[in-house]
Amino acid sequence: MIRITRKIEFSAAHFYHNANFSAEENRRVFGKCNNPHGHGHNYALEVTIAGEPDPTTGMVLDLNELKEVLQREVMDRLDHRHLNYEVPELAGQIPTCENVAALIWKLLAPKITAGKLDRVRLYESPDLFADCTADAPKGNGARA
Amino acid sequence: MKISLTRRYHFSASHRLHTPKLSEAENRRIYGKCSNPYGHGHNYVVEVTLAGPVDPETGMIANLAELDPFVQREVIEPFDHKFLNEEVPEFRTEVATTENLCREIFRRLKSFPAARLEKVRIEETSKNSFEMADEFEEAAR
Repeated sequence: MIRITRKIEFSAAHFYHNANFSAEENRRVFGKCNNPHGHGHNYALEVTIAGEPDPTTGMVLDLNELKEVLQREVMDRLDHRHLNYEVPELAGQIPTCENVAALIWKLLAPKITAGKLDRVRLYESPDLFADCTADAPKGNGARA
Repeated sequence: MKISLTRRYHFSASHRLHTPKLSEAENRRIYGKCSNPYGHGHNYVVEVTLAGPVDPETGMIANLAELDPFVQREVIEPFDHKFLNEEVPEFRTEVATTENLCREIFRRLKSFPAARLEKVRIEETSKNSFEMADEFEEAAR
């Protein structure tokens, strides 16, 4: 099996706030990420597809198709947006790196027609990233 | 789908690869320039990967406001700008290779209470990296 990874970057704003928490609790749990005016990041997204190369083309998938899927599903939705206000799929969720990565996984998984979505790695900054991967098979170090 | 969160930390330290169990010539043959008697240093990068459910109230696997001070206390303060062979007790008896460093940092961080430590990966230089994952540790018990 071969894994192929494509990387894109987008920029977006967000802040962390839970309406079920008091103002003090929001400040305590989320710190400066709770600043109501929001703040932003340059996100870097690595999308990995796994599969066998087609014997005719030598490719796991057509990278141009993947580029179009990433444009439509990720860039058009998230780039230069405010994640709290402009992304309906995140309504009711805190737009953390974990939740945004999970959203991207859910958006991309059904759109990958050649090969399988293997990993979504979303960098919020060079020192922080979230990984989404397919569920580990049983007995692979996963604990109940 | 499974989610993990990885945070990268940085520290700088010196070490020397040398074991009293071997002769000087053997040390030199096995460890090469890494065995130079005065030691040498690296800018280490430590990637700490946590796995676990995302708390729906916070959207987080673990709050960095808890993880950062924990890693600071357990790893950065005791390792940063130190000579690992002398100033980290575990390396008075073990060779301060980055494999052993991975194991030691994993041991120090696995008690993090808020999420399960899945992996520790260390970049010794931009060309060398080492990692230790939970499953390897389980198998070694």
